[in-house]
Amino acid sequence: MNDEMDMEEEGGVVKQFMFVNRKAPYGTIYALEGLEVVLISAAFEQDVSMAFIDDGVYELKKGQDTKSLGQKNFSPTYRALEGYDIEKLYVERESMEARGLTEEDLLVDVVVLDRAEMAAKMDEQDVLISF
Amino acid sequence: MLHIVNKSPYERNSLESCLRMASKGSAVLLIEDGVYGATKGGSFEGKIQAAMADVKVYVLGPDLSARGMADRVLDGVSVVDYGGFVDLVAEHSNCQSWL
Amino acid sequence: MKIGVLVNEGPYTHEASDSAYNFTKAALEKGHEIYRVFFYHDGVNNSTRLTEPPRDDRNIVNRWSELSKQYSLDLVVCIAAAQRRGIMDENEAKRQGKDANNLAEGFRISGLGQLVEAGIQSDRLVTFGD
Repeated sequence: MNDEMDMEEEGGVVKQFMFVNRKAPYGTIYALEGLEVVLISAAFEQDVSMAFIDDGVYELKKGQDTKSLGQKNFSPTYRALEGYDIEKLYVERESMEARGLTEEDLLVDVVVLDRAEMAAKMDEQDVLISF
Repeated sequence: MLHIVNKSPYERNSLESCLRMASKGSAVLLIEDGVYGATKGGSFEGKIQAAMADVKVYVLGPDLSARGMADRVLDGVSVVDYGGFVDLVAEHSNCQSWL
Repeated sequence: MKIGVLVNEGPYTHEASDSAYNFTKAALEKGHEIYRVFFYHDGVNNSTRLTEPPRDDRNIVNRWSELSKQYSLDLVVCIAAAQRRGIMDENEAKRQGKDANNLAEGFRISGLGQLVEAGIQSDRLVTFGD
């Protein structure tokens, strides 16, 4: 496997990767394909986190049902991230509240950060990948 | 940190979100339709002026010129070319694109 | 400095590919190393050699191919995103039983791991998209 070979070549470099999600699911493909990168990143043993800002918060809304849409419901994948050791899910408080959502509305446990805390988290990253 | 914004503030909230989460001392580079955020006379002018107390704002010259806005840049905003864009990326430890 | 570039949008509809190209070219001319340009989401559409824009317009695909040739630039197209959007190299077309392939010169198709690896190996990663 290509990815495994790449991993060995890194020689133990661990960087802080943050995947920044700002788009709602289904309306565009960014949330789904973004999640695919996050899953792959788990194989590289990096310090991975995900940030949910603006409409990205909607990715985590409970009760998604895509049956009539004909698209795959990928929301259960967020709950599976823990199994990939991706446990740092940060939601920006203002984005969540502006959309009338609370932590109870979200399908997975998250850490809610205010804007200054989110800014500090972003500042300390080595790599930010945004979709 | 370098923040890159490519959306007009009159169409999307990317610049507002960026300014909400940009720490003091960080840089904001406006490219593509984002350049409208750095121009005089619009209703967003006050917001960007206020933000400039804490962050340094840059705008990509080729995108400004293409849109006929090169003569409307707000005072205090620095105009850079693609080489300047590269320098900004190199000078800051990381960057985030607010797509 | 080693810089990685991520392109998330296709050519022509958005300016993203133009910005990424102009940025990449400027970085190379300044003597920086572009570790890799990775094409993801609709960005994979930057790699079809069947593109044929009007004569007075820029040829975005050829422009990338030429830059790749000039600087031995590594242009990588995400395989999963490419399969979704009908971008195939010769091997992949054969494997999938397709009657044609369309990957332009200078591009190669590989896994998403190449993006993560670019993030690890580069000093900076810059994203262009919509």
